[in-house]
Amino acid sequence: MSEEKKLYTVSVYTENNIGLLNRISAIFQRRHLNLDSINISTSEIENVSKWTIVLQLSEERVKKVIGQIEKQIEVIKAYYHTEEETIYQESCLFKIKSHLLFDERQIQNIIKESNARIVTVNKEFFVIEKSGRKEEIELLHRELSVFGIMQFTRSGRIAVTKDEMKISKMLEAFQH
Amino acid sequence: MKDTQTLNKEEKSVTTTERISGSEAIIRCLLAEGVDLLYGYPGGAIMPVYDELYKFRDQIHHVLARHEQGAAHAAQGYARISGKVGVAIATSGPGATNLITGIADAQIDSTPLVCITGQVASHLLGSDAFQETDIIGISTPVTKWNHQITKASQIPEVIAKAFYIARSGRPGPVLIDITKDAQFEEFDFSYEKCKGVRSYNPVPETDIDDVKAAALLINSAKKPLIVWGQGVILSEAEKELMAVIEKAGIPSAWTILGASAVPTTHPLNVGMVGMHGNYAPNVLTNECDVLIAIGMRFDDRVTGNLDTYAKQAKIIHFEIDPAEIDKNVKTDVAVLGDAKDSLSKLLPLLNPNSHSEWHQQFKDLYAIEYNKVIKDDLHPTKEGLTMGEVLKEINVQSQGNAAIVTDVGQHQMIACRYAEFTTTRSNITSGGLGTMGFALPAAIGAKMSAPERDVVAIIGDGGFQMNIQELGTIFQQKVPVKIVVLNNEFLGMVRQWQQLFFDKRYASTEMINPDFIAIAKGYYIDAQKVTKRTDLKKAVEEMMTSEGPYFLEVAVEKEDNVFPMIPSGASVSDVRLE
Ligand SMILES: Cc1ncc(C[n+]2csc(CCOP(=O)(O)OP(=O)(O)O)c2C)c(N)n1
Repeated sequence: MSEEKKLYTVSVYTENNIGLLNRISAIFQRRHLNLDSINISTSEIENVSKWTIVLQLSEERVKKVIGQIEKQIEVIKAYYHTEEETIYQESCLFKIKSHLLFDERQIQNIIKESNARIVTVNKEFFVIEKSGRKEEIELLHRELSVFGIMQFTRSGRIAVTKDEMKISKMLEAFQH
Repeated sequence: MKDTQTLNKEEKSVTTTERISGSEAIIRCLLAEGVDLLYGYPGGAIMPVYDELYKFRDQIHHVLARHEQGAAHAAQGYARISGKVGVAIATSGPGATNLITGIADAQIDSTPLVCITGQVASHLLGSDAFQETDIIGISTPVTKWNHQITKASQIPEVIAKAFYIARSGRPGPVLIDITKDAQFEEFDFSYEKCKGVRSYNPVPETDIDDVKAAALLINSAKKPLIVWGQGVILSEAEKELMAVIEKAGIPSAWTILGASAVPTTHPLNVGMVGMHGNYAPNVLTNECDVLIAIGMRFDDRVTGNLDTYAKQAKIIHFEIDPAEIDKNVKTDVAVLGDAKDSLSKLLPLLNPNSHSEWHQQFKDLYAIEYNKVIKDDLHPTKEGLTMGEVLKEINVQSQGNAAIVTDVGQHQMIACRYAEFTTTRSNITSGGLGTMGFALPAAIGAKMSAPERDVVAIIGDGGFQMNIQELGTIFQQKVPVKIVVLNNEFLGMVRQWQQLFFDKRYASTEMINPDFIAIAKGYYIDAQKVTKRTDLKKAVEEMMTSEGPYFLEVAVEKEDNVFPMIPSGASVSDVRLE
């Protein structure tokens, strides 16, 4: 198996329980694994959480980590996927001084070309939201930082797989 | 896994509803799970439960340990000798944290435990209240599962789940933390045993194709070697293992936790693998063509340097825990499932064989080990007593029927190397965690769990003092355990490493010890000290025939070393005999 490090998206389906965050994060912490991002949300099934964890690792190690995650009682199933196997997005928010919107005409073009969206405008500031891939968000960040950004934040990755996740059937059975 | 505790007590399941307090519910749940013995220590946050233990004292025996760590280890000893779930109970804060070493030990050695801790009232959670600790956070990495209860109505379901999780699949410790208000609260109680948890698959199904692939490799092997571990004992697969070994004529070695699953004197039992294991199985691990690992996890103390471990061999791994597959050693065939089930599927597919030439290699290497190490350990000619000859005497007088409970250090390795086991579940030791202080309390639990058996604790002078207070438990409960302290006046195992790898700089390993006999007698335990070889036999005899608890101190050679030894980081085949 390849020792080469790659970016993997780990998807974990779990019960929705307090304490599980601690349990899962301990798995990474013990092995000195730094996460690029982590996102926890509801899944397609009621009362089942879906975690999307992004990290850089060799395939051999990611498999072992999956084993440790799945071993936790309240974890239903865990998978790992490469970039090519998933459709993924991140989201970000920029807060920028309002006068720049009018003083710097170029900003409006940047917003339009990047498919970003103005969420709100008031006298002091306006907020731009952009969803996309990491590189797109980084590009937008670079372009806007020239004018000064009051606040910036970016979400963790969320992803769905191109192929069917076998979990769907398993989860359906849970509902009955 | 077969669970007699579950099956026998099935009729106790309570189905009718009754209005009772949370604390009474806890006791009723324990009774429904077949618990009649538990270990613990009271305190503020668990007092309602102790009040109920008082009321139910005819049905459930609570053993007051002298330290919560002792209670946890005692529960482990209880579980290890019987296969049943051990139960320990403690108050919040320091009571709960004192359990942690035992819980961590149970986690790494797959011992089924349910630990119940009291917690401050739910409205005080997170306020740094008196004796509040985040025991859920603290215990998370060392439990198979844990849960905090803040409402009485959660008690039956959570406790049922706790027992189910602790005993099923690869067993392990579970901690349940219960706030004081939930203990007081009244609710409508009914109890139903847990039959499954939807997110948890305790025993993966054995794929018959994997078993066939394993059989194919084994049948074509010229030099097969079995290494079995505790998984065989946990799944009660001793008979199936023996049948496989005998039919296919495979030399078979064991990890420290696998000891006693097959009698020591069985001709195909070739000894222990690992750091202080036997010479032949260690050396020949690197010569076998097929290595069949059964219910073991390729711990680093077993494998030495992984880069040079059994590289020439095809590896077959019988294992219940999917996370263990390829974790340390890459397998060619992995057979997931319960060992009892997969070995019985394997047996009919195996060709009868004897592998006598291959087996002869083990005998030849044993002869080398015997001359270089074993002879002097068991039949010393020097003046000082050896740990080995004490073990030999215990073997003779117990006829191999005693359960041996060991602490951690040189005496542990000597005991595991030389104890002669005839019965399974007879070697109770802290393997994965190597917890000094384990043996004395674990022996209490083992003896109380199996009163018909002789239980002999073998302990170093260092480890004895780590939970020496449990002599009080032995005295109060009149537990007839036999305690042997092999006193070398050193933290022997650490001293050995200092001698071999740190130029004999004996930093803080010498022990100026108290009068152990006086201490034992202070607890009204019969005691005797042996300093001369000529007194050993009679002293062991007195111990083995005593009715009550007995303490035997043997002054052994101060600077003896345990060999063979695989220095850490070395290859198994570089095992040193001196
Ligand atoms: C709780 C704990 N602390 C420290 C150690 C490290 N350690 C391993 S063996 C050993 C020496 C044990 O000495 P003793 O109990 O006298 O037994 P001996 O080796 O002399 O037989 C020590 C300190 C340990 N295993 N456990």
